[in-house]
Amino acid sequence: MARLTLDRVTKSFADFDAVKDVSIDVADGEFLAVLGPSGCGKTTLLRLVAGFEKVTSGEIRIGSDVVSNSGGSVAPEKRRVGIVFQNYALWPHMTVAENIGYSLKVAKLDKAVVRQKVEDALALVNLQGLGERRPANLSGGQRQRVALARCLVAAPSLVLFDEPLANLDVHLRASMENEFAAFHKRTGTTIVYITHDQAEAMALADRIAVMDHGRLAQLATPRELYHEPANEMVASFISQGILLPADVLTGEEGGHCKVRVLGTEIVVRCRPGEHPRAGAKICCRSGDLEVSADATGFDGLVKRAIYQGGAARIEFAPAAGPDLTLHFEQSDPVTLESGTEARLRIKSGWLIPAAVVAS
Amino acid sequence: MPSRIRESRGQEMVLTAAVAVVIVLLSLLPMLRLVKEIVAPGGSLSTVAVEAGLRSPATWIATWHTLVVGIGGTLLAVLSGTLVAVLVSLTDIRGRSALVLCYVMPLMIAPQVTALAWLQLFGPASPFLKLFGAAPPLGTKNPLYSTSGIILLLGVQYGPLVFLLVRAGLRKLPRELVEAARAGGANWFTVLVTIVLPLMTPSIMAAAALAFVSCVGNFGIPAFLGIPANYLVLPTLIYQKLAGGGPSVLGETAFLSVLIGIIAMAGILAQEMMSRRRDYRISSTSLPAQPYELGRWRPVVQAGMWLLILLVLVLPLFGLVLTSLVPGYGIALTAKTATLDNYRFVLFEHDAANRAFFNSFWLSIAAAFFAVVVAVPVGYLIAWGKQRWVRLLNLSVELPYALPGVVLAIASLLLFLRPIPLTGIQLYNTVWIILYAYLARFLVLALRPTISGYHQIDRALEEAAQVAGAGLFTRLRTIVFPLVAPAAVAGGLLIFMTALSELTVSALLWSSGSETIGVVMFSFEQGGDSNYAAAMSVITVTVTFVLMLVTNLLAPHLPSGVLPWRD
Repeated sequence: MARLTLDRVTKSFADFDAVKDVSIDVADGEFLAVLGPSGCGKTTLLRLVAGFEKVTSGEIRIGSDVVSNSGGSVAPEKRRVGIVFQNYALWPHMTVAENIGYSLKVAKLDKAVVRQKVEDALALVNLQGLGERRPANLSGGQRQRVALARCLVAAPSLVLFDEPLANLDVHLRASMENEFAAFHKRTGTTIVYITHDQAEAMALADRIAVMDHGRLAQLATPRELYHEPANEMVASFISQGILLPADVLTGEEGGHCKVRVLGTEIVVRCRPGEHPRAGAKICCRSGDLEVSADATGFDGLVKRAIYQGGAARIEFAPAAGPDLTLHFEQSDPVTLESGTEARLRIKSGWLIPAAVVAS
Repeated sequence: MPSRIRESRGQEMVLTAAVAVVIVLLSLLPMLRLVKEIVAPGGSLSTVAVEAGLRSPATWIATWHTLVVGIGGTLLAVLSGTLVAVLVSLTDIRGRSALVLCYVMPLMIAPQVTALAWLQLFGPASPFLKLFGAAPPLGTKNPLYSTSGIILLLGVQYGPLVFLLVRAGLRKLPRELVEAARAGGANWFTVLVTIVLPLMTPSIMAAAALAFVSCVGNFGIPAFLGIPANYLVLPTLIYQKLAGGGPSVLGETAFLSVLIGIIAMAGILAQEMMSRRRDYRISSTSLPAQPYELGRWRPVVQAGMWLLILLVLVLPLFGLVLTSLVPGYGIALTAKTATLDNYRFVLFEHDAANRAFFNSFWLSIAAAFFAVVVAVPVGYLIAWGKQRWVRLLNLSVELPYALPGVVLAIASLLLFLRPIPLTGIQLYNTVWIILYAYLARFLVLALRPTISGYHQIDRALEEAAQVAGAGLFTRLRTIVFPLVAPAAVAGGLLIFMTALSELTVSALLWSSGSETIGVVMFSFEQGGDSNYAAAMSVITVTVTFVLMLVTNLLAPHLPSGVLPWRD
């Protein structure tokens, strides 16, 4: 087990920066999820940590060892990291036990020791007695567990997960998620978990690193990401946040400030030290919107009402900003219909910090 | 950290260096030596060899003949191969895999065996024609000893080559393109002419170029059919010059072999230019089109196909077997005259034939084994390597095979005529020079399937081993080799089959004691002992068929397209 430090890491391919100036410090035993849309550089980040790619600039340290910098790179086989690949990458020509015991055999351990460790690893993932099977004869979930056991058996200092649930069907995902969480609790291994699935990242990770176009957009706990996104990308990416233009009217006081949004004045949460400014943005969650029962709020048009059982998803265009789309849920009894006028109210929101301050 | 870095890069450097050495020795060295002989024979720049070659009328006659049979053979191969590919791929014809197997078979049979088989079928001594009393009187000229005979057999030999490439192209044809045309009101024939064939232009062009190179470089067919009629093409001219003049005419033959190389390359360049004139790229991928229902024509088309198989495969082989069973030239085959004496003679009595079987078997095994061992690391660097220059390797491995075999044979002769510098080892006039040429020429046959094997393997399998702590050599041995082994071994078996009855290279490189099956077969035929040649042919064809069946066992583990005869 070890901590992992990325220090201003950049990786360029020809004229394109796949990872740009990323610094992340993963504490010993921490579960870090790296989250982002496809093409954001998260897989490149994993391959840099594993050593399959060399950094263009910056430095990567595992524990106290520098493993990558612009001067060179420790080969993947010398890094003592474990990887759980997206498609498991189980060797089809070996049995389950041979797959799991491979790294021990490579390290020339005594055969009896290898057998014992393989047995232990199989037990740890609840696959006792399947050691002689071939990977082809296992179910998807079992393969995933073999992959997990294979990376565990060498007691790696760091385990990397590369979208491990992307190939599983939905009901299996939930149970594997539980298994990963239990596994992390039991072993206390430092984990870097690459995914494009927010729910997965939120459920598992201590902290989440959101990546966007090769840059680190925000590194924070799941709660913080949801409630206090650092920039517009994170705000809109996480749980489909609604971004609204706003003018800040008052300075921060007790974590709140007054803003003008869509012609109405409301109080939103904000970072300490915010000052009045124009052209700001606030982020609202669908739960922050409600149908106004009195004169407060703003008028607009219900563009679409999609009934989804128990509640309807309402898409709403405010009169003050017809190009904007606000979406929220109205639970039964659903009163809003497409094409009708309505008045909404924003209960709360988060003032997105001015740019430059990227986490 | 620096020492750990050095350690891990060390193995990669060793591998890359070893691969580079092998490629330079096998591919670049002979080609460079050949070029040097043309430009600067004896060490100084000179145009003597070129001028002598250009002045000789024999050069121009042979070049003309080469072009005639090359283009004629290509046209025939393209027409027949494309027709069969369209019928097999796009219609609901029955017994498709059997048809493909039988149609592609001639490709696995050495050209000189094809030539011998056809000669036995139509000659005045034909045991086959004698069965019906239809043989022309002895002394009549065999109709195949002619330009059209050579063109016919080249077409038969390389039609399957065209077929394979066009069929591969047709398989990638998305059905939407065909369906859209039919929805637009076009009948099936119109679709074929206006949509399918135009889209297949790149495949057909590539196939034509390959067939042209093969026809131009073919030695076996013009040697068996052309030499008796004194109709010489460049490869047979080179053979005759070398057989008559020995090493002293090497400079002249070097010029002729470069001439063949240039003609072959011109064919490939022409294809490149034709293909670039329009954009034929197919962007979408989808299921293949619904087969066209032939309806009441189906039995007719099927009968036609099997008639073709009967003509190009069954009858010639039947004729070959008949000839191998008659005791001597011109004798009719009856229950009384049938004999296995020819087999006994070539297998147990004739010294050179014995040596030839021994030599060819071990040469083929050695070439196949070596190619498999080399193809795995070379394929690794080409398919998965990061360095860009490695792709050039691929090109240089292709070269000795892409160029006609005569070119490589002459290059090998030039390279090893004198003892190898520093060591004093003499390869010339030994069997080792043939082995060298086989290694250089056939490596690519194992490399191609190996590379397509690599492309099918998920790279993560190797990376998983890497993070498990395995160094490069360990990974190659425990993970990579087992995974690509089926493809590489299939390539090795292809090499074995090709090398076993190979003639083009060994005809120029053999010496007393290092005869190959092809060489002895050729000398039997030239000496009028067709029965012995036929017996040897039947033996090698049988071995080839058995090996094809054995190789089929590997098929479930192979990328599609590795075994040409499998549909």
